Amino acid sequence: MKVKIGIPRGLFFFQYYPLWKVFLEELGLEVIVSDKTNKKIMNEGVERCVDGACLPVKVFHGHVENLIDRVDCLFIPRFTSVTRKEYVCPKFGGLPDMIRNSFTGLPEIIDTEVNLRESKKNAIKSAIEIGEYFTRDKEKIRKAYEKALGVYRQFRMGLKADSAPDEIWENCDDCIAKCKMKCEIQRNESGTAIRTGMENNAETWPGIKSNRGITSNTGMQPGRNVPRILLIGHCYNLYDRYVNMNIIGKLKKLGTEIITIDMINGQVICEKSALLHKRMFWFFGTKAMGTVFHVLDRDDISGIIYVMSFGCGIDSFVCDLAERIIRRNKDIPFIVLTIDEHSGEAGLNTRLEAFVDMIKWRNVNEGNFSAYGESVYLH
Amino acid sequence: MKVTFPHMGNLYICIKALLDDLGVDYIIPPFASKKTLELGTRHVPECACLPLKITIGTLIEAHDLGADTVLMAGGCGPCRFGYYCEMYREILNDLGLNIEVITLEPPRGHIREYIGQIGRLTGSFNLYKVLKAIKNTTQIAIMVDELERQACRIRPRELVKGSVNKIYTDFQKKVLEAEGSREIKAMIRDTARKLDEVKIDEKANPLRVGIVGEIYTTIDFFTNFNIQARLGSMGVETHRYVTISEWITEHIIKNGLKLPRKMDFAKAAKPYLGKMIGGHAVETVGNSILYARKGFDGVIQIYPLTCMPEIVAESILPAVERDFNIPILTLIIDEMTGEAGYLTRIEAFIDLLYRRREKGSIYGKYGKYNGRYILSGN
Repeated sequence: MKVKIGIPRGLFFFQYYPLWKVFLEELGLEVIVSDKTNKKIMNEGVERCVDGACLPVKVFHGHVENLIDRVDCLFIPRFTSVTRKEYVCPKFGGLPDMIRNSFTGLPEIIDTEVNLRESKKNAIKSAIEIGEYFTRDKEKIRKAYEKALGVYRQFRMGLKADSAPDEIWENCDDCIAKCKMKCEIQRNESGTAIRTGMENNAETWPGIKSNRGITSNTGMQPGRNVPRILLIGHCYNLYDRYVNMNIIGKLKKLGTEIITIDMINGQVICEKSALLHKRMFWFFGTKAMGTVFHVLDRDDISGIIYVMSFGCGIDSFVCDLAERIIRRNKDIPFIVLTIDEHSGEAGLNTRLEAFVDMIKWRNVNEGNFSAYGESVYLH
Repeated sequence: MKVTFPHMGNLYICIKALLDDLGVDYIIPPFASKKTLELGTRHVPECACLPLKITIGTLIEAHDLGADTVLMAGGCGPCRFGYYCEMYREILNDLGLNIEVITLEPPRGHIREYIGQIGRLTGSFNLYKVLKAIKNTTQIAIMVDELERQACRIRPRELVKGSVNKIYTDFQKKVLEAEGSREIKAMIRDTARKLDEVKIDEKANPLRVGIVGEIYTTIDFFTNFNIQARLGSMGVETHRYVTISEWITEHIIKNGLKLPRKMDFAKAAKPYLGKMIGGHAVETVGNSILYARKGFDGVIQIYPLTCMPEIVAESILPAVERDFNIPILTLIIDEMTGEAGYLTRIEAFIDLLYRRREKGSIYGKYGKYNGRYILSGN
């Protein structure tokens, strides 16, 4: 019988799930993911977790509760750092300990530390450490990791090119299967694992794109007609539809086109974030600030929405800095939406509608100074 | 150039000594007040932690007194403290205040870098002078912390209530008039002597409570409503491992020179929190365990709202509480904290500790006792 390993659908699930899934399945495990976030999960999480934590961490507790009776072990690696010289967040570093001390009757937790602060080579070390829980065959682990990395890169590329990232995460298992197939084909063709640098590959997202119209990053010029809105926020806030009350879907319905922080080229972010006076030491901070500086050079973005969760320490600084920099340098509309477990959907709708209306109004009527008694809206 | 710096408890005494010895012109900002907090809260993002709000308020007040340079420690994460210097720069600049921020970044293995940063302050560079100033500052930090511990030890035992507080606050005010590390040291010794002369109840056996938590809120007496003095007046002896001198010696000097650090708290915390996650989370968990082992009656954790490392620690502390049978109270402070509610919780906690001690002494060695509790009357 296969060992059942549980992955809670929260936090870095929305970053690394393809990697984890392929890697663990290659090792011969059965991967079980908790249900999609719903009211029950959120409430349970809020009950389990300390009050001071941010919403995503509370939701994560709910997902653990959801998995607890169904799996043989839980996969909650300790993410200290995922990029050189940067940390993730203290809560990520202490997550396995938080979980362990908030629940009783937990299955075994796989809490290998992932720390790439000093060197990127530590990634494979962590992978081997995880693999050694289940097999002694190091070569097998190495191969599984290599394969998983290929699929992960393929997946991220697809995410960059697609206009509905939240939908990809909703059906992530299908997408991963497709990426896997594609990797398989490429492997057979070239005989080696694929590498990055394929950003311009038109057909990165096999079969899935056709039903949604082509709206790649460079494809369509939104110009004055379709406002393009940039969403900045942690992956687990942007792509969890329940947590953010389907913000991407709502924006689309309002007739806008969205891009998220994950669709900006990593190289560009890296270069731009160097403009900061002091380098940020948070993985997300660098990414967000790089994006903000990048936006200053771009003219095709009509508005920026920053989705932050209440109580997020990193957001509190990054969001403030981002706002200051944008307001100082450019007249792009900027709004901060704070979400917590009490957020009402109506309030969010109103703000989004007002924001989009304002952008559209700017595009049409900004140069229109109405004469006395005449409405700016031409009926 | 007129240098200023944020307040943190008795830190101003150490920095005063440093700047006096280096011959730098400086302004000590006024002690934090409600107005300071209001100023800070107005200009700082709402979710930022309380220390940022208070220190920004302090710096604005110092600017009004004529300061034009801020001296600030840096850091490289993951705690938000490491980015405070940048937030100062951004917020103060956006306010239109003409203030330069000088950041003392922790040296990564190069102590020369650090000395160079201090040298930049003085204009001319004299290695001997700088090293001597650093040595004296460190000594003063250690002496001040020793003085504070002494006060906390004597306060619950004093026969005339308020005598320690009088001597101690007198010192805190008078030290502003002293000049140079030599005078400050003399004043500290003098105060220590005065404290020794306070008449104490030799037989007293006060409750002992350990203070753990985020460094700023535990050390800064304005922020935590002077909790250690208040507990002392209630007849409770307090102890705190995290101090300014410890921060200077362990974090800056030993870390900079890559010397082995005192790690007994990390060893104690290992089964609960295996890795350093920034801030003082490991210290909080580890020190709580050390207090429990030393037979303290209770532990109080204090941290500012949204402090990331302490949230992790808070969620682990119930396990420590359970395993070591020691009550732990968590107090979260932000700009909305009301003093009355805060004190009520502390008083209730102390009552609980008294009752536990009494129960322990009755049940203690001799099994079950069928009498009544004296305090609670049942």
